[in-house]
Amino acid sequence: MNTKPPKIRLRDVRKAFGPKVVLNGVDLDVEEGESVVVIGGSGTGKSVLLKCILGILQPDSGLIEIDGIDVGTLSGAERDELMHKFGMLFQGSALFDSLPVWENVAFGLIQARGMDRDVARAVALKKLAAVGLGPEVGALFPAELSGGMQKRVALARAIAAEPEIIFFDEPTTGLDPIMGDVINDLIVKCVRELGATTLSITHDLSSARKIAHRIAMLHGGKIIWQGPVSEIDRSENPYVDQFIHGRAEGPIQMQVSR
Amino acid sequence: MTVAAPEENVVLRLLAGTGRIFLNFLATVGRLSLFTGRALAHCVTPPFYFHLVGRQMVDIGYYSLPVVGMTAIFTGMVLALQSYSGFSRFSAEGAVATVVVLSMTRELGPVLAGLMVAGRIGASMAAEIGTMKVTEQIDALTTLSTNPYKYLVAPRLIAGLTMMPLLVLVADIIGVFGGFLIGVNKLGFNPANYLTQTFEFLEVKDVVSGLTKAAAFGFVISLMGCYHGYNSRGGAQGVGTATINAVVSSLILILVFNYIITEMFFSR
Repeated sequence: MNTKPPKIRLRDVRKAFGPKVVLNGVDLDVEEGESVVVIGGSGTGKSVLLKCILGILQPDSGLIEIDGIDVGTLSGAERDELMHKFGMLFQGSALFDSLPVWENVAFGLIQARGMDRDVARAVALKKLAAVGLGPEVGALFPAELSGGMQKRVALARAIAAEPEIIFFDEPTTGLDPIMGDVINDLIVKCVRELGATTLSITHDLSSARKIAHRIAMLHGGKIIWQGPVSEIDRSENPYVDQFIHGRAEGPIQMQVSR
Repeated sequence: MTVAAPEENVVLRLLAGTGRIFLNFLATVGRLSLFTGRALAHCVTPPFYFHLVGRQMVDIGYYSLPVVGMTAIFTGMVLALQSYSGFSRFSAEGAVATVVVLSMTRELGPVLAGLMVAGRIGASMAAEIGTMKVTEQIDALTTLSTNPYKYLVAPRLIAGLTMMPLLVLVADIIGVFGGFLIGVNKLGFNPANYLTQTFEFLEVKDVVSGLTKAAAFGFVISLMGCYHGYNSRGGAQGVGTATINAVVSSLILILVFNYIITEMFFSR
């Protein structure tokens, strides 16, 4: 029996916006070094789940533990300290458009860790090289880059401070299939090099199959199925089956008209 | 003995509507107070981002100079012309210089500069922070261990609070100079006499009250820009709404605070 607490532990996490219940009792464990992908349709609260764990949103109730520490009891400064463990790749990349690319990548190093700018710049260029971008890109501004390149810069920024836990929010959405696969490969490579624990959310199944050890499906505010990636095709769960085969008919009813 | 259902009862519906508006108002006041308190706390606790404060100071103080200067000089000129034509009806032309300097320092300098800066800076703050909000850049700051209040809001509040008085001091001088130009060149005052009259009845309190107003206006403009930007949602349209709200609310608050501060300084 493993006595070490899981890296991330969620118990009965609930979150509602007004009358709209988004998370209705989510239970999820992510072990150290594991890569878990949460799948689910649009608007099922996947992003809300990540933001609750990060503390950007406050869950209404439930327990969120990082390394066995209940994050709900932390003070503001302790929470800022905890954020050092995290890196996140945002869906829309969320690069700071007022800063050049290298400063985006080096941001966490300079601002939060007080690293010298020249040292941080060298680290940033190394991280950019790790995602296949040359040093000339470092001087450009995010608006001058294509969507795929922005994603790579965002990935470089997420891994720059070598976090223990990395969140990926729809890493391949909005990219062509080839660029999507390039990003998937980069994610797998970077995560393996760092030995980081990752939690990703996506509705792109080819991406999920590639980067996940374990897949969990979120539906109706709950995790309705979870298992190793090899078992997703044999889940015998009608919801999962409908989702992975992309059928319009099935137990999941899409809200088509208002 | 029949009581109409609540939704059918006009009086109840009216009361419910009023209550809802009142509760929303209280909720907004509460949210704004929390925002202000948190932002102020982050203004005085380390780490400090001095280069960001500097950049905002340049933006508010230096780049607003042309528009505020233009406003001030024409206002001073108009004041001289108007008061001359008005006062000449009862042969009080000698009061022109005094009227110009008192109006500029007490009222028109701070208020007009405040309105101009609200349009310029309040709008740009709301749009910038609002865009950062809807593109998740503010969330990204958090995940990079950087507190958005400290990084975005505090520098703007500090810069607004400190630069507006300087800007208004410049505006006062330019406004008085505008009045001087018209007085000497068009209305035939003796330059030396005009200047003597300008300073003869000017008290420290006149200037200080104006600069106090300026500091309050600068704070209000930055606060409204940051608050509305920070709470914007829903893409481009949301940012547009946030910008409108930031400008309109700071314009109104400027006029309200103008009255309150005037009352504090000059009522007996």
